[in-house]
Amino acid sequence: MRPRGRARLLTTLRYVALILSGATMILPFLWMLTTSLKPPGAVLTIPPEILPRQISFESYARVAATVPLLRMFGNSLVVTVACVAGQLTTSALAAYAFARMRWRGRDTLFLLYLATLMVPQQVTITPLFILMQRLGWVDSYQGLIAPGLVSAFGTFLLRQAMLGVPREYEEAALLDGGNHWTLFRHVALPLVGPALATLAVLATMSSWNSFLWPLFITRDERLMTLPVGLALLQGRYTTEWSMVMAGAVITVLPIILIYLAAQRAFVRGVALSGLK
Amino acid sequence: MLARSLRPLALLTLLLAMLAACGAPQAPAAQEPAAPAAEPTAAPAAQEPAQDAVTIRYFTFSAAPDHLDSLDQMIAAFETANPDIDVQVETAPFDQYFTKLQTLIAGGTAPDVFELNYENFVSYASKGVLADLTPLAAAEPGFAERFYPRAYEAFSRDGKQYGLPQSFSNVVLFYNKELFDAKGVAYPTADWTWEDELAAAQQLTDPAAGVWGSYSPVQFWEFYKTAAQSGCSVLSEDGSTVTINEPACVESLTWMVDKINTYKIAPSDADMAGVSDGDLFKQGKIAMLRTGIWMFSAFADAPFAWDIALEPGNTQKAHHFFANAVAVSATTPHQEAAWKWAQFFTSSPSAAAIRVEASWELPALNDQELFDDWLAQTPPESREVVFQALDTLVTPPVIEQQSQMQDAVNTLLEQAKLGQITPQEALDQAQAEIEALLP
Amino acid sequence: MSGARRLHQIGWLALFLLPGLSGLLLFTVLPILASLLLTLFQWDLLTPPRFVGLDNYARLLGDREFWAALSHTLGFIAGYLPLVMLLGLGVALALNAPLRGLGLIRTAFFLPVVSSWVAVALLWSWLFNPRYGLVNYLLGLVGLPQPGWLFDPAWAMPAIVLTSVWKDLGFVVVLFLAGLQAIPQDYYEAASLDGAGRWAQLRNITLPLLAPTTFFVTIISLINSFQVFDQVWVMTQGGPAGATTVLVERVVRHAFSYGEMGYAATISWAIFALVFVVTLIQLRLQRKGAADA
Repeated sequence: MRPRGRARLLTTLRYVALILSGATMILPFLWMLTTSLKPPGAVLTIPPEILPRQISFESYARVAATVPLLRMFGNSLVVTVACVAGQLTTSALAAYAFARMRWRGRDTLFLLYLATLMVPQQVTITPLFILMQRLGWVDSYQGLIAPGLVSAFGTFLLRQAMLGVPREYEEAALLDGGNHWTLFRHVALPLVGPALATLAVLATMSSWNSFLWPLFITRDERLMTLPVGLALLQGRYTTEWSMVMAGAVITVLPIILIYLAAQRAFVRGVALSGLK
Repeated sequence: MLARSLRPLALLTLLLAMLAACGAPQAPAAQEPAAPAAEPTAAPAAQEPAQDAVTIRYFTFSAAPDHLDSLDQMIAAFETANPDIDVQVETAPFDQYFTKLQTLIAGGTAPDVFELNYENFVSYASKGVLADLTPLAAAEPGFAERFYPRAYEAFSRDGKQYGLPQSFSNVVLFYNKELFDAKGVAYPTADWTWEDELAAAQQLTDPAAGVWGSYSPVQFWEFYKTAAQSGCSVLSEDGSTVTINEPACVESLTWMVDKINTYKIAPSDADMAGVSDGDLFKQGKIAMLRTGIWMFSAFADAPFAWDIALEPGNTQKAHHFFANAVAVSATTPHQEAAWKWAQFFTSSPSAAAIRVEASWELPALNDQELFDDWLAQTPPESREVVFQALDTLVTPPVIEQQSQMQDAVNTLLEQAKLGQITPQEALDQAQAEIEALLP
Repeated sequence: MSGARRLHQIGWLALFLLPGLSGLLLFTVLPILASLLLTLFQWDLLTPPRFVGLDNYARLLGDREFWAALSHTLGFIAGYLPLVMLLGLGVALALNAPLRGLGLIRTAFFLPVVSSWVAVALLWSWLFNPRYGLVNYLLGLVGLPQPGWLFDPAWAMPAIVLTSVWKDLGFVVVLFLAGLQAIPQDYYEAASLDGAGRWAQLRNITLPLLAPTTFFVTIISLINSFQVFDQVWVMTQGGPAGATTVLVERVVRHAFSYGEMGYAATISWAIFALVFVVTLIQLRLQRKGAADA
């Protein structure tokens, strides 16, 4: 009786702590939401009003009228889907080579991958732009997507995950007459489900929220992505905060949905880890 | 055995084929001169351009987000008059505008026509990236006279015209009439001095109600104007000596800082808590505010009566003068068309009328009639103050390393505002740092 | 025979490496090398670059603002890294249980990660408001001093650190969770049967098996925190009075405000050198502590 009671207490404590901290995490989103539901022109006050006096969707309507929302949403979608697919594929393949294959120069090349993460993007963006201009890819979907198709971060993440694949599974598959491709497809990949799901979510987020590169590479309004278009809502002298928050909510919602969908992949990953 | 080794290569080829299929580069922008696609309020008169239409790219920061409609109207009018030219607008938020512009120029894809404010104009003009408009202007009789002289001169350099002023604006004293009435204080008049302002602000400040008598920021632009009100300037007349730490300048900075720290008639940054001065004014928390006339439309729906007045001076009056210009890229292949758009946008009667009606800043033109309409609009009632302020205008001190100077001065002013150093120390340090920046 | 095997191996390597590597080389490595070259030039973007040799490097050594930014950045890292790693691991451990409702809480933790810095910065500016903010209110309740936070040069960086920890916590949690969930349950079951308690399980199973993930999270967090920028730019712009300038903020100013792209590149490479050295040390430490694979 005693140990069970203690376990229950611990679980309750765990819940309380998590719920409290979870609540602080939700706070900004709630505030973003309620501010977006205020009519434009509602001014920021001190102390800030958490609950709006009147709920109005006018800010959303104004945002849709000021910027081509549907078009930008579509662009963001196209770019993100392409980039996430590219990153998952190229990163998983490269991670396998780094984690499960032995070859000369492997660790040096991996260090190179890591090194590319250490140079701030703000300076390399200009040479990259000039490269795109030479390729004729300025103001094009290729220009938007190409740099986002590969990810040293993703490769790093999946390599770490694949390092944890137990040798026994590999040896078993080899005995069955497998080659690298079967090992990759049927042993390594399934076992790194959680990491793949994580990368999918993070890649979606970084691609969806990407601002600086799309700002530089797109010129025509028809190619604008969400973050770039929504930045225009912030004027030089004045800012309609309710509209900015409406834009922020619109931007955030799809990612939340992706994350919720990815949760299932987490669970599936757990179930699979007990494979023979 | 051979089949085995071919397998990975086959897969690789497949992958490459897939990439190639979706990544085929298109020909660079030989743009379809179609009417802009997703403009929600596309102007009705968008003509089908003629066969050999030329496309001009116009890059702007002031149009988005509030004035895109007006810009579209102007473009429609222009394209009607010039069916062989198509104008495409590119926008960026002000904070990223110059970053992007520089990158576009560095990449060799500069927009044909682009907007510049005064501080950046000098550096762009001196680097040779702007087209010399002098011959084009000379070819049109009476061209220069269309513009307000000070604005037109501001955008010339070494005797050559590099930009056309599209708008001008200035800073005046806004005041909340209701707050004045409630405390029985007389409204500001044209001959107010700093003492008058102090006296009024002390009566208007009401800590219990969270109301402050006055506000003006302590930063570079506000500083050089306030210094001018004491007869001091950052640089000497010829720009070769740095005079920022002369006694009159120190007196000005002391006044600015004292308003917050000593007299407590102005809020500190902490007091404002991230709310903008404009928003605070609209909430009735600031009685007197120095800000730009671009705030007229923002304040139009304020729940109280307000008006404007000339800024109080010290030994003399001084007011800001800001102007934005459009320039033509030195490397544009369509200089003729670019020039046509630039001059239409800045000086044609139709464009000016659209601008005035939409309260999209004031066109920098020498046309009194144009302004009569603008003067008649309210609020505020005393719009003539805007033009009176032009009598005592002061332009920003500009050196080649403008941003470094502004950043250095701003940091030192902030330290003085926080009380970390005295105004004298701040300006002495500023003097040394600016000297170091001069060639 | 051995020649065919070599060909075989290269074939496989090509399949797995080429897709990612070619993209990386073209779109990442090439611009990075270009930026290295830029350190030898002075370039204002508007006119062609001008060769200046090692002048930029000499300037870096004597640049007071660079060293100030470096010290601020190190201060940020010292506060941010331990906090986010320990809290992140703790939360991940707490969330790694098949309890009901945890999925929702997990999503809650992820919300700040996906929110824009503009919204987050504004909210936290108010929470940290010296007069009306929640933080000082709570501090006052328990009798602690109430600092000026973002308006006080001494407290602005701590405020930024706390805001960053709060925002990035979900990111770290997600990564740790992925690592935790890859640990097979059998190990824990076996250990319980052997009578090992929770702490022992943590020490002997979880932490060692989590090592690759921990290594990853540490390196990534380190790399990211050396490049901290967005929150500083939005919350304080480097102020008040230059108290929160950071390395990347200097890079941006020199690159785009001062027309000194070459010098900005030099600072970038200084950042790279720092991060690279620290990472190498990490790698050595990890290799020493790792069991034989």
